[in-house]
Amino acid sequence: MFEKIWARHVVAEGPGGHVLLYIDRHLLHEGTTAAFGRLARRGRRVRRPDLSFATADHYLLTSPGPPTSDAETRGMVEALGRHTADQRILYFGVGDPRRGIVHIIGPEQGLTVPGITLVCGDSHTATHGAFGALAFGIGSSEVEHVLATQTLWQKKPLTMRISVDGRLGPGVNAKDVILAIIAKIGAGGAVRHAIEYAGSTIRGMSMDERMTVCNMSIEAGARAGMIAPDETTFAYIEGRPLAPSGQAWQTALAEWKALPSDPGAVFDREAQLAASEIAPTVTWGTSPQDALPISARVPDPAAVADPGRRESMARALAYMGLEPGTPLSDVTVNRVFIGSCTNSRLDDLRAAARIAKGRRAVVPAWIVPGSGLIKRAAEAEGLDRVFMDAGFEWREAGCSMCVGMNGETAAAGERVASTSNRNFEGRQGKGARTHLMSPAMAAAAAVTGKLTDVRTLGT
Amino acid sequence: MEPFTRVTAVAVPIDLPNIDTDRVIPARFLRKDRSVPEYSSFLFHDVRFTADGAERPDFILNQAPYRGARIVVAAENFGCGSSREAAVWALAANGFRSVIAPSLGDIFHQNCFKNGVLPVILPAEAAAGLRRQLHDRPGATLTVDLETQAVTAPDGAQHRFEVDAFRKEMLLTGRDEIGLTLGFETKIVEFEARHAREMAWAVPPRAST
Repeated sequence: MFEKIWARHVVAEGPGGHVLLYIDRHLLHEGTTAAFGRLARRGRRVRRPDLSFATADHYLLTSPGPPTSDAETRGMVEALGRHTADQRILYFGVGDPRRGIVHIIGPEQGLTVPGITLVCGDSHTATHGAFGALAFGIGSSEVEHVLATQTLWQKKPLTMRISVDGRLGPGVNAKDVILAIIAKIGAGGAVRHAIEYAGSTIRGMSMDERMTVCNMSIEAGARAGMIAPDETTFAYIEGRPLAPSGQAWQTALAEWKALPSDPGAVFDREAQLAASEIAPTVTWGTSPQDALPISARVPDPAAVADPGRRESMARALAYMGLEPGTPLSDVTVNRVFIGSCTNSRLDDLRAAARIAKGRRAVVPAWIVPGSGLIKRAAEAEGLDRVFMDAGFEWREAGCSMCVGMNGETAAAGERVASTSNRNFEGRQGKGARTHLMSPAMAAAAAVTGKLTDVRTLGT
Repeated sequence: MEPFTRVTAVAVPIDLPNIDTDRVIPARFLRKDRSVPEYSSFLFHDVRFTADGAERPDFILNQAPYRGARIVVAAENFGCGSSREAAVWALAANGFRSVIAPSLGDIFHQNCFKNGVLPVILPAEAAAGLRRQLHDRPGATLTVDLETQAVTAPDGAQHRFEVDAFRKEMLLTGRDEIGLTLGFETKIVEFEARHAREMAWAVPPRAST
């Protein structure tokens, strides 16, 4: 699949195995605005404004009231509005119900489809690979390069297939699967690779779940993460506002059906997991690879032979304020964050609501939907009432406390049960301690005040 | 972009694996323009300074022999995580010209090339050996030579490294990559014409704004 998409997008061959790769979609957010300024200073124009799409997500507040907290962030959001208007780029801005996290709205609007190349100045761009697109994150200079030329100089990555087979147990879902994969292959385990996720467990997932898996490919170091398109994919895309329609839909569908890897396809690397071995999972350290089943205990660095790994673990435990040997289910939390491009779609909110229903949050717990449209859809199902009745805070769409750029951060020393993607030191605020988990597990932590095996609450 | 040919400079060892770009530059500084005078202080800010802005003496960049370092010798997966190019900008603002490691985060790796910073991948044992020498002889210098593709260690040993021919040429000349690509205009136009025929469905309909 990867090879097929790659081959169809080569504009020119360069030296040393580099190719000039054509880009079908470029997604922009207010954090990538600086590239427009540099472009303008050099007298360059956006080559294909019809292939660029923008939204504001990183810096907008998710509280009711004014969308930004200060002049600096207001300036960034306004600059994006100005640049996109100047260049005639479609912009889902403040007040537009279609606004939301960039990786949520691409699929939601039908912009993300199989067989295309898609880039964004954000490392979680692999999310779109769930549709069988080649999607990867780029830096600011590359954003400028795509705006000016609609291409990128790229060296072909290696390929890796990760197969997950079997039925997931009760209380186990896509987030647990990807955390288990990262724990198995390591935070750098897929560096220089494009992953294809395969196997019956992946096939059985909804698009929302597949996006959760592909989203965290970067946390294993991968350049991209993809899933072959199938009927689940096509059913999701059909009829979305910016998806192909009419004759174009028929043509596209025929091509998409031919995209999956051929039975004999060879990958540079392979890895396998059995679904039956994956439990509800939480992280204990400061790298997404530091993940264990909720039934486990905080690991002991003294039991590790490699001195580098030992030091790294000891430092992580000191930052996290955890003692080796403590049962993970004894760890108390100070707040809960349910949101982010990993876990803020309707499936995620439903899973959290099932746990929250009829219970009461005992710590501050935020629900931040991924887009204005998801928020509306959840409200139409009454999920907002479920959450508010349970004492959760129902907020506006945005990146919020996943990255804290908008000032929505946890305090130093605060322990957060979070559905986001990174438990790095300082990620959710200076000194904040993050435990990554699924939406159901985060909701469980909210109602008990500690890391909790969601299966004990009856799922 | 400042070309890179050969740099001889003090090198600083960073031993922990998986140093993410959030640690290299915390998110709250990403709104700042690169031209602000305090930009260099954002590098490793939260591990380099205390809450009241004082230097943490235990952080290696604050130790006298390493203050003028212009080369980082890191462990596995340095620069993983967020795509923020500001991680490279903050290194460059402190004079760093090269990062040597057994592996680097892919996007960080790409971003280095765009900013005149040479990423060097060496085998894990070679990188660990360099870090050991830099600890044993604080303030020791390394030479990173792009033309010959070799790192010269404090003990005089030479470590060859691979670099893509395309990236090597761009760094040696300091050439503007967008300018280069705009020279491919004819090819891009030809491609777009073919792409529009063969994958017409790949262009989304114009939406109402």
